[in-house]
Amino acid sequence: MAAALALPASHAPAIAAALGSAKRPRVVWLEFSGCTGCTESMLRSENPGFAEIVLSLISLDYHETLMAPAGEAAERSLREVVEGERGRYIAVVEGAIPTGEGYCTIGGRSALDIAREVCGNAAATIAVGACATYGGWPRAHPDPTGALGLAEAVPGIGVVNLPGCPVNGANVAATLVHYLTFGRLPATDQLGRPLFAYGQLIHDSCERRAHYDAGEFVEVWGDEAHRKGWCLYKLGCKGPTTFHNCPVVRWNGGTSWPVGAGHGCIGCSEPQFWDANSPFYDRLPDVPGFGIQTRAEQVGLGLVIATGAAFAVHGVAATVAERVAPIQHGDEEHKP
Amino acid sequence: MTRIAIDPLTRIEGHLRIEAQVEGGTVTNAWSSSTMFRGMELVMRGRDPRDAWLFAQRICGVCTTVHALASIRSAEDALGVQIPENARLMRNIIAGIQWVQDHVVHFYHLHALDWVDVTGALRADPAATARIAASISPWPKSSRDYFKGVQDRLRKLAQSDADLGLFKNGYWGHPAYRLPPEVDLLAVAHYLEALEWQRDVIKVQALLGAKNPHPQTYLLGGMSLPVDPTSQAALNDARLAEQLRLLQFAKTFVDQVYIPDLLAIGAAYKDWAHYGAGSGNYLCYGDFPSSVSGDTQTFWVPRGIIEGRDLTRVLPFDEGRIGEFVTHSWYTYESGDAAHKHPREGETTPRYTGPKPPYAMLETDGKYSWVKAPRYDGKPMEVGPLARLLVAYASGHAQVRSAVDSTLAALGLPPSALFSTLGRVVARGIETQLMADQVLRWHDELVANIARGDLRAHDGSRWDPASWPADCEGWGPHEGPRGSLGHWMRIKDGAVANYQCVVPSTWNASPRDAAGTPGPYEAALIGTPVADPARPLEILRTIHSFDPCMACAVHVTGRERELVVRVETAR
Repeated sequence: MAAALALPASHAPAIAAALGSAKRPRVVWLEFSGCTGCTESMLRSENPGFAEIVLSLISLDYHETLMAPAGEAAERSLREVVEGERGRYIAVVEGAIPTGEGYCTIGGRSALDIAREVCGNAAATIAVGACATYGGWPRAHPDPTGALGLAEAVPGIGVVNLPGCPVNGANVAATLVHYLTFGRLPATDQLGRPLFAYGQLIHDSCERRAHYDAGEFVEVWGDEAHRKGWCLYKLGCKGPTTFHNCPVVRWNGGTSWPVGAGHGCIGCSEPQFWDANSPFYDRLPDVPGFGIQTRAEQVGLGLVIATGAAFAVHGVAATVAERVAPIQHGDEEHKP
Repeated sequence: MTRIAIDPLTRIEGHLRIEAQVEGGTVTNAWSSSTMFRGMELVMRGRDPRDAWLFAQRICGVCTTVHALASIRSAEDALGVQIPENARLMRNIIAGIQWVQDHVVHFYHLHALDWVDVTGALRADPAATARIAASISPWPKSSRDYFKGVQDRLRKLAQSDADLGLFKNGYWGHPAYRLPPEVDLLAVAHYLEALEWQRDVIKVQALLGAKNPHPQTYLLGGMSLPVDPTSQAALNDARLAEQLRLLQFAKTFVDQVYIPDLLAIGAAYKDWAHYGAGSGNYLCYGDFPSSVSGDTQTFWVPRGIIEGRDLTRVLPFDEGRIGEFVTHSWYTYESGDAAHKHPREGETTPRYTGPKPPYAMLETDGKYSWVKAPRYDGKPMEVGPLARLLVAYASGHAQVRSAVDSTLAALGLPPSALFSTLGRVVARGIETQLMADQVLRWHDELVANIARGDLRAHDGSRWDPASWPADCEGWGPHEGPRGSLGHWMRIKDGAVANYQCVVPSTWNASPRDAAGTPGPYEAALIGTPVADPARPLEILRTIHSFDPCMACAVHVTGRERELVVRVETAR
């Protein structure tokens, strides 16, 4: 755990003490327009495991997929926390929040109404997964339901964002442990993402980076280069523009991760990646060493302004800007 | 007469609302409603068909991988791609372990608390639990001290925080709970063990699929995971050895924990073979081809239909006879809402006409759900483990017949008992056991094929869009854990022109159709006893026996029209 948080080993006793403390903080986990994949991912957490988390670390008082009560009894569980523990509980939100009427109701109430009340009275709110952070695929063109991420749907509450499709359960566990250990949420980037998990480009910690630097690329699925584990950039890998700790933490207890299994990264921790990064098998333009790098001056930065500085350091601002900002070019120009 | 609403109906995937009319302690009428809509098919339009599976998979993260598989099959069907043998086997193993892991999670984490009183475990004698455990299974974690430890942990949980977290406000002490406290304790211990087991065995999907949930190694034409025993970056001997270990662990737990628990709990609730019968029609697309040709005759799970609970004949399935109604769903058809449409010609305009939130009750005379009402030959169909088992049983499938007969004999029940709430629970267990065996056979086949020197995992002949016809369409069927799933894709000028899914829970959770015929959930609830309408535990039992997945169930089929905008740059 200390390793996942990039903390010095001396913090291990503090974490152990926090994990073993008798009083478990209340947590409510809300599910809106999502797929429950982030819940499933949480169930895959190893250090600590889910059973340890709910038996020793927190009191998970509301989680529709897992809780014993249903209907009115379930609503009572939520009310007891929101009213009885006002300002002292943690809210976790999974799924986007649709703004159109009737697209997501629970117990007859709209998702937006529930989010405002529950997150508005929480000590801290954690948005998990692509949908709750930035809207996810429900918000992809043509955005049929007017879907928003939590921070946009309920402004002003202070949200830490753990994007990913799904979120990596290891990062949720680490965020919870961090909060319980230090009494505050972890430091984040401009997009609200904790630096311990989203502070580095996938490209910069990728096990195949040496092949990129050496110009060794997979050209065709299943060719010799593919079997040898060369770089997937030419087959559409979005690692060069994606901030996430997949190469280090990997998935399912360190078993594997997409690039390690021969498939490019789709950039699922970046806002609006469903539109910005697709077609997923098209090569990213403008990565250092490839193509033209003058786009940043040609296009307005638009929505990417918040992340511009971070991306500019890595020299790929143009890539993101042209895909996230309003359309300013013909499609042809985007092709590598 | 009492009208009750259960919303949120918990321990399922997604957002389900059940309204029921209770008279004299029995459900006399019921309505099933999904209260969430996202619109995947609209999002899908205009995308690159090679990307479609990545989107479609996100319909559901519990049924992860199943929509990816149905989607990639629909594209491969449209474009005429035949995947290599290694890819066929990898896909079968990924889907097979999905059944096994998902069914066990359903049993312990989504369904068990309908039968097991957690607070009963606090009263158990751990020594007696140990004796029961040893009498029904060789599973080694069966000592008195082990169960005492679990009980102490539970007691500490209840005392130190004055509540039980996830177990708080359950219907504990309800008269419908009737297991001895010692069996309650056994089940609670295995609830916790299964939490660890599910996390471990699903690593098979990480080995073959990079990660779970949402594996990421499908490709149009095969799989992205290269096969090469001499490479560190491919499916090699080390990964195969780890896979074998995990598959064996999966089987051991199913044989020694899940099935003995199922029989022990089932034996205490045999009256539930009289409730929850449902629509009485069962549909199975069939799946798991034994050859790369994909020939339906080679399916390990046979295709067919059982009508009217008649196990003496299996009717042939014709995909053309599927039609979806929106009479009671929040959509409209141009030609009027009494009609039904085949998904290939699907036409849907979402239009919410329900009560303005917050609301107390739905207007069930009109439209009341985001789920459409699929029908086969105009009839409601149940899909899922029970449907699969009945079709295979009636087809004379040797493994299935033997497993069903021995399980029913152990419970002292006749085959007709399968048409029930308990029948669904038993059927799910039987097919889990069969699949836990079968997935090991596919593993052996995969190893043998690689040993023969076949390293192909991808057919690239249709990768280049220049090789595609200008206009084509395909159907991608799959038997997911919850039943028959179909994706329909039309490709025009290199992009997805229309995309539609009819999903297991769309069949099972459907509202009424134009004729007013209830869907399978609704039909199954009629006659269900309800001892206390304020604590409708019995309704949960029958609904959970279907293993609802509402994120899957709700979709919108886009209205057929020319593609106007190619979606590439952002909103």
